[in-house]
Amino acid sequence: MTFQLETASNPKGLRRIAIEPVSRVEGHGKVTLLLDDAGDVQQVRLHIVEFRGFEKFIQGRPYWEVPVMVQRLCGICPVSHHLAASKAMDRIVGALPLSRSAEKLRRLMHYGQMLQSHALHFFHLSSPDLLFGFGSDVAKRNIVGVAQAYPEIAVQGVKLRKFGQEAIRVTSGKRVHGTGSIPGGINKHLTVDERDTLKKDADQMVTWSQGAVDLIHKLALDGGEEFREFGHFESKMMSLVRPEDGALDFYGGVLRGRNADGSILFDGVSDQKYHDLIREEVKSWSYMKFPYLISEGKEDGWYKVGPLARVQNCDFIPSPLAEAERKTFIAARGGGVWHSPLAYHWARMIEMLHSAEVIRDLLDDPDLMEGELTRHGVRASEGVGIIEAPRGTLIHHYQVGHDDLVTMCNLIVSTTHNNQPMNEAVRRVARRYLNGRTITEGLLNHIEVAIRCFDPCLSCATHALGKMPLIVELIDADGTLVDKMVKND
Amino acid sequence: MSQSFTPIGQEMPGLDQWDVRHMSQSFTLDGAEVPFTPGQSILEAARNAGIYIPHLCWHPDFPAHGSCKLCVVKVNGRHVSSCATPAAAGIEVKSNSPEIREERKVLLQMLFVEGNHFCPSCEKSGGCELQAQAYDHEIMTPHYTLFYPDRPVDASHPDLLLDFNRCIFCELCVRASRDVDGKSVFALSERGIHKHLVVSSESGRLADTDIDPSDKAANICPVGVILHKRQGFTVPYGQRAYDETPISEQGLPNKETV
Ligand code: SF4
Ligand code: FES
Repeated sequence: MTFQLETASNPKGLRRIAIEPVSRVEGHGKVTLLLDDAGDVQQVRLHIVEFRGFEKFIQGRPYWEVPVMVQRLCGICPVSHHLAASKAMDRIVGALPLSRSAEKLRRLMHYGQMLQSHALHFFHLSSPDLLFGFGSDVAKRNIVGVAQAYPEIAVQGVKLRKFGQEAIRVTSGKRVHGTGSIPGGINKHLTVDERDTLKKDADQMVTWSQGAVDLIHKLALDGGEEFREFGHFESKMMSLVRPEDGALDFYGGVLRGRNADGSILFDGVSDQKYHDLIREEVKSWSYMKFPYLISEGKEDGWYKVGPLARVQNCDFIPSPLAEAERKTFIAARGGGVWHSPLAYHWARMIEMLHSAEVIRDLLDDPDLMEGELTRHGVRASEGVGIIEAPRGTLIHHYQVGHDDLVTMCNLIVSTTHNNQPMNEAVRRVARRYLNGRTITEGLLNHIEVAIRCFDPCLSCATHALGKMPLIVELIDADGTLVDKMVKND
Repeated sequence: MSQSFTPIGQEMPGLDQWDVRHMSQSFTLDGAEVPFTPGQSILEAARNAGIYIPHLCWHPDFPAHGSCKLCVVKVNGRHVSSCATPAAAGIEVKSNSPEIREERKVLLQMLFVEGNHFCPSCEKSGGCELQAQAYDHEIMTPHYTLFYPDRPVDASHPDLLLDFNRCIFCELCVRASRDVDGKSVFALSERGIHKHLVVSSESGRLADTDIDPSDKAANICPVGVILHKRQGFTVPYGQRAYDETPISEQGLPNKETV
């Protein structure tokens, strides 16, 4: 499949601008722009270096090691991999349904992860752009600038994140890379002390999360047309929903897809059957694959995942404050469907509010502190685990031999689903803001802002938050370096 | 099956205050007076006196083996393995000195690079003696170039897994299988950097031996080679062997007897 601006009709004689790496994104990314002599954008491609070596590495390892090992895929949302792998291995050990305690403790871990990841993304990575403007002074456009201009917002961001990390720590043993979830359940209860420490701050987190929703709501209204139109493209969307009633559920459920107009495309598809639904295309110019819905074909089968898909895909959000915000959000689009990349931020904050509500309510549940932790039943040789990770649908698929070693592993991470959507957004923005203009840092940042809406996690452990240098290279058609600009964030 | 050896470390079960006062022979360890009975090793005597000398291949139930060299001490200017060197009256032993600690650190770092020790996803993490020693010796990086040896796992046995990646060749399993279980399931093969652990069955697979999960050999590996299947990660952080108390404080006999 090829899309407009994916490949220039005549690449010869075009100037190449590379933005590398995209700053304030987890991992490494590179945007290449080919401009013609008039300075018009002829070709735009987002390249993401994805670490696929893991699938090979896991083959031949014992299955119980996998939930711990896969956390190394990502320094930002290791819990999502930990839980998706555990869910797949629950099937291998025949543990379904899990005990009440195990499912609730895992849920607490996961919603803690949602909260901390969304808080990090919004407050640390995105709020500088949103509060100061995409083209504002780069020296101020960072978390330090936010801390100076809006100290209380910066502090709330830090504390929300800490709270989420604490929920992870008490359920998994560590703030990052714990071991709590194991095939068939979880390895520990919460102590009363651990529960009480979280409970003490739980209401405050709900209040602050509500404040964050109010803030992005206001910024969206202030942004008006620019907010709605920035990088706008329409697409299908996909997420898990709760099987019984179509509620928003991050931990599990059935797959549902919608068309761009909001009508249902498919629904109630078992997570075990994802491979009947999705296939991945390889393109020569990108390391990251392009997944598409088999029924819709390569050309039309792409879709977006993550907060914007989830909040609109579900029938309702099962917690009162977040549900009220979802209704406001939908109403703000006048009955239509949100496709604006910047609306991801709004949906993300509604999800953060929901996570805070869920955590607060879960903490009253005695099953967290007592009850059966693990179960085992009839062994199976294959299992799929799907979870709604902060960035979207995360798929882990394994086959395990009689000797307990993994024989096959397939992972589709959230950012991969969003590969085509991100490329689309970048193309729209490039065409709208860069055509025929002098290239400035502020303009280049518009492209980064578009990518950042999707909160791409580029599967890389070497990220340094907000500290990645931005290298801009101007290369002419012959491949000669004409100019180079380095920005240290 | 051989029962002829004296299990070092248990030969003085009734040691109490009275005995200590009436032991006539002693040596000094880092300046402290350490009593001993003839035939005891330096490591033994130190242990009974409540002083820990780091060790990996030594085990209270077996004779000294002297292969890992972690128990190195300095005796009258010479570096010796304390597990294999008999205590002698009047000698001066240095153990917790910067020089000796550095030597042990290097030995540990070499053990790390010779195998494939990926602690973050190892199920023995937190209960591994090699890792616990590394923590005690404040090792943060392997320092030397990793060998990345190719050592495939043996998962043939229904209840036991062999992950050879982590073997440190202490031969405890070899000794336990031969001397306690009477089976000789394990052996070391070749020398130097080609040294590796082998399973003594015609196929070379653990499934084709008569090892039982309750055998001493199946429960003695100080690192994560001989593992009981499907048990990994069931013990949470905080409750694993070395989470709360360092190995140096756990590796001593019952302290009340000292
Ligand atoms: S398998 Fe374990 S007990 Fe046996 S030699 Fe290797 S490290 Fe020592
Ligand atoms: S403990 Fe003495 S050489 Fe290993």
